[in-house]
Amino acid sequence: MTPCFGQITVAHYLAVGAVLFVAGIACMMTKRNALGVLMGVELVLNGANVNFVAFGSDYLRPQSLGLDGHLMALFVIVLAAAEAAVALAIVLNFYNSRASIDVDRADHLKG
Amino acid sequence: MFAAIDWQAAFFWLFALISCGFALAVLFTPNIVHMASYLIVSLGAVAGLFFLAGAEFVGAMQLMLYVGGTLVLLVFGVMLTSRSNFIRMKTGGGEWILTLFVGGALLLLLLRTAFLVDGWRIPLGQASPPADASTTTRIGLALSGVRLDGGNGYLLPFVIISMHLLVVLIGAAYLARAKRSADGGQPVDRNLMR
Repeated sequence: MTPCFGQITVAHYLAVGAVLFVAGIACMMTKRNALGVLMGVELVLNGANVNFVAFGSDYLRPQSLGLDGHLMALFVIVLAAAEAAVALAIVLNFYNSRASIDVDRADHLKG
Repeated sequence: MFAAIDWQAAFFWLFALISCGFALAVLFTPNIVHMASYLIVSLGAVAGLFFLAGAEFVGAMQLMLYVGGTLVLLVFGVMLTSRSNFIRMKTGGGEWILTLFVGGALLLLLLRTAFLVDGWRIPLGQASPPADASTTTRIGLALSGVRLDGGNGYLLPFVIISMHLLVVLIGAAYLARAKRSADGGQPVDRNLMR
């Protein structure tokens, strides 16, 4: 049995979480649209959530985090919803005042 | 024939490929509307992974709060700010090179770490999962401060996150409200003034 294929372990879930995390980080780095940056943040939080659920799952390894992993994942989901609401309000304000959502143009605080 | 297939592994690979593929599609498409729709598919597949890992309550919350709430909010944001010159915004070549370098290095590091720890690579094997496999009741009890398995309850974090959500939503409504002009008249719609 090769280590990659065969029965699913925690490491496989961690690999999926790593891909989501890196895709989100790259999204935050490359997108100039402020909403694209927000979507990158959502991807990063989902990568973290995959890891929490994998460590909390009773089906993947003998001694798991148990319920703690599930509850942390729930808190992350709620925080992501709150973050999206506030960030969207800020983006709409920026769009109303500057008529643009290019994050490169949000440079008024530059010294 | 079907008995020979490890259905957990098969569905894991299905959902993993969908979620990772569409996450990369979110990264590489320049169109913000396509990004939003790809993100919905990717997060839906992640909810499938949650169900597969036995976290059915978290999976349902992922579908209801994330796909049904947060992403609808983002789609509204896209619609409110979608002028034709913002649908596609080009990124410079230098930024792509730097991002692919940093992202590739980070991905290699994380993947190597994931498969390096022995305790994370050992499958459950023949050990049976717990008899009470349903998590919904236990999560509800833990959020009200009672843990059947002896751990700590989550009443205080639950209250804190409730207040946090309330404050955040009031703040978001305050930030995004329609601006009044200085003489207290009609709200100023800058889109019409332009």
